[in-house]
Amino acid sequence: MSAATIFGLCAAAAVGLGLYGVIVNPQPLRKILAFNLLGSGVFLLFGVVARRGAAAGFGGDPVPQALVITGIVVAFSATGLAVALLLRLYQAAGSATLRSEASADADTRSTGA
Amino acid sequence: MQDPASVADATTAGGFLLVLAIVVPLAAALLAFAAGGRNVERISLAAMPLGLAIVVAIAVAMKRTEAPLIYLLGAWPPPLGVALRADGLSAVMMTVTAVVVCAVGVFARMDFGTPAGSAERRAPFAFWLLLLAIWGALNTVFVAGDLFTLYVALELLTFAAVPLVCLDGRAATLQAALRYLLFALLGSVLYLAGTVLLYGVYGTLDIVLLSQRVDAQPATLVAAALMTVGLLAKTALFPLHLWLPPAHAGAPAAGSAVLSALVVKGSFFIAVRLWFDVMPGLPGPAAAQLIAALGAAAIVVGSIVALRQQRLKLLIAYSTLAQIGYLFLMFPLALDPASGGLESGGALAGGMVQAISHATAKAAMFMSAGSIYATLGHDRLVDLGGIGRALPISVLAFAVGGVALIGVPSSGAYLAKELLLHAAADTQQWWWTMVLHAGGAFTSSYLLLVLAHAFMPADSSVAVSARVPRSQELAALALAVCSLLLGLVHWEPYLPIPDDTVAKSNPLGLAAISKTLWPVLAGAVLAILLGRWREDWLPRAGGKGTAVEILSRVRRAAVALGTAVVRIDAVLREWSAAAFSLLVLSILFGAAMLARP
Repeated sequence: MSAATIFGLCAAAAVGLGLYGVIVNPQPLRKILAFNLLGSGVFLLFGVVARRGAAAGFGGDPVPQALVITGIVVAFSATGLAVALLLRLYQAAGSATLRSEASADADTRSTGA
Repeated sequence: MQDPASVADATTAGGFLLVLAIVVPLAAALLAFAAGGRNVERISLAAMPLGLAIVVAIAVAMKRTEAPLIYLLGAWPPPLGVALRADGLSAVMMTVTAVVVCAVGVFARMDFGTPAGSAERRAPFAFWLLLLAIWGALNTVFVAGDLFTLYVALELLTFAAVPLVCLDGRAATLQAALRYLLFALLGSVLYLAGTVLLYGVYGTLDIVLLSQRVDAQPATLVAAALMTVGLLAKTALFPLHLWLPPAHAGAPAAGSAVLSALVVKGSFFIAVRLWFDVMPGLPGPAAAQLIAALGAAAIVVGSIVALRQQRLKLLIAYSTLAQIGYLFLMFPLALDPASGGLESGGALAGGMVQAISHATAKAAMFMSAGSIYATLGHDRLVDLGGIGRALPISVLAFAVGGVALIGVPSSGAYLAKELLLHAAADTQQWWWTMVLHAGGAFTSSYLLLVLAHAFMPADSSVAVSARVPRSQELAALALAVCSLLLGLVHWEPYLPIPDDTVAKSNPLGLAAISKTLWPVLAGAVLAILLGRWREDWLPRAGGKGTAVEILSRVRRAAVALGTAVVRIDAVLREWSAAAFSLLVLSILFGAAMLARP
């Protein structure tokens, strides 16, 4: 089993675990963490693609590494924004839940309908 | 990389305009951020005509050279460098975006203005910056030449759109924003995973190079399925729409207009790029039918739930859901029966014209709903009586926008419907003809429902809680009229409109008028049966067997059906159900693409 295959399997495992967490975990903070795991899996896959030197027959392809760096920056900003929203939500509502019934209740209360 | 000769790319004359189209809004946003205070609004309003002039220049340059504009960043050709390309679709979308952004800017001066002498407030400061950032991100989406730049632009668009939802800081809108962000992130991870797979197979992400290299191997098809579903989640196509209704209904009016008119079109545009430009031969008939079937379900569910809403803004948000479904009907209609691939012809043109007429009309409708909300202090549908007299221009804007969406002759939606119906007839897909007609009927049903409430006499005099300035109402009306006249524009230089299908018939002739009349009549029936009415307006049931009694029995059955659909929609909008749909759809699209002959 080559190193690329092992890394590829690890990437697949991270993606699977992340997906499971995002879908199943009810708490928003854990969803955010699971999203990061999911993203890391995809970045690792990108690293494997670079390792295989898919494009030109170099030892490693530098383009995916540049793309992964950009992707990490994007994922970091996403996490920052999500955590900031979560904190504001907790301050405003006193709890941090994504359940839609809660939002419907809050909606009718705030609009007085 | 092996054959640089095949890369015919070079920066064309006027290519630098593409850079300006991205840089001007983003530079204005940074400058406004640094300047702060009243300057935020001033800089934003100054950037708007400038940005509009740039996209008009792009459109003119493209018409003159009759070729796409290309700009190579740093003069490095792909696959090493990054190219910006603008074709006809980009030019059309950029122009509409600029027009809508300018109108929203005029509209938002009232809500987000900073009067002289008052201190800087958080919401206006954020609003103008986010508006400029959305504009810059959308322009990047429209001109990006490779899939990874598209990913970054898509993320930028989401990050700018999400805070717009929760500008008022209420718990409900914060929650809507967080749901929106998390689901959008799930979508973008799927898109990114597809991009990675494509890079792994072909060693490039440049759209033109990829389109020359793609072949139907499993990794490519899996990538296509993942990217498609990720983009559908960001576009909120049924059943991946959990975030859209609360987000679009909770945002301030100017924000809703931008979100509904423009932001969802960004990911829709990328899906079109992916299917028509990157891999026109790959998705195959089964996947195209599947994507349009989701669109049809969106039309039915979105429209019925819209008819059952109590609040005007939620009604418009659900109508957006239905209209998004309408956009995806073009995919199977663009199939070439001989080759089984997608061809850029009348169906593509029809879908794009529908997208831009929805953009203008829906922005107008959300803006007039905002004026109504500001005037009354609420937007409960059954209490709208008398607003037609109190706010004639806003109600007129709403009506004109809605009528344009129904597809009366000379409107953009009319041209779109003609093109799509022709494509359906050419490719012999009668079932999509039915859906296209039903879509028109549903659109008129919720328009008629709102107008009937707005023109009812008020019980007492309308309590006006605030006055809206005339400029705000006129901005909405201008956009609505824009949408109504889009069918008259000469689209041929930009969109692939076939010569024989252009509505050469007299747009005011008998045939055209009868085509409009019947969706309105069917819509009236639907609105009466399914709509939400005040109890005291419904006729009292008389004796057994009378027409009124039969009608109210039919209505009770229809309302029960509507309530069931509302329940189904509520279940589908649960997080776990929506995420599960996301996985199932990924598998279905993958299977549909792998199973192609």
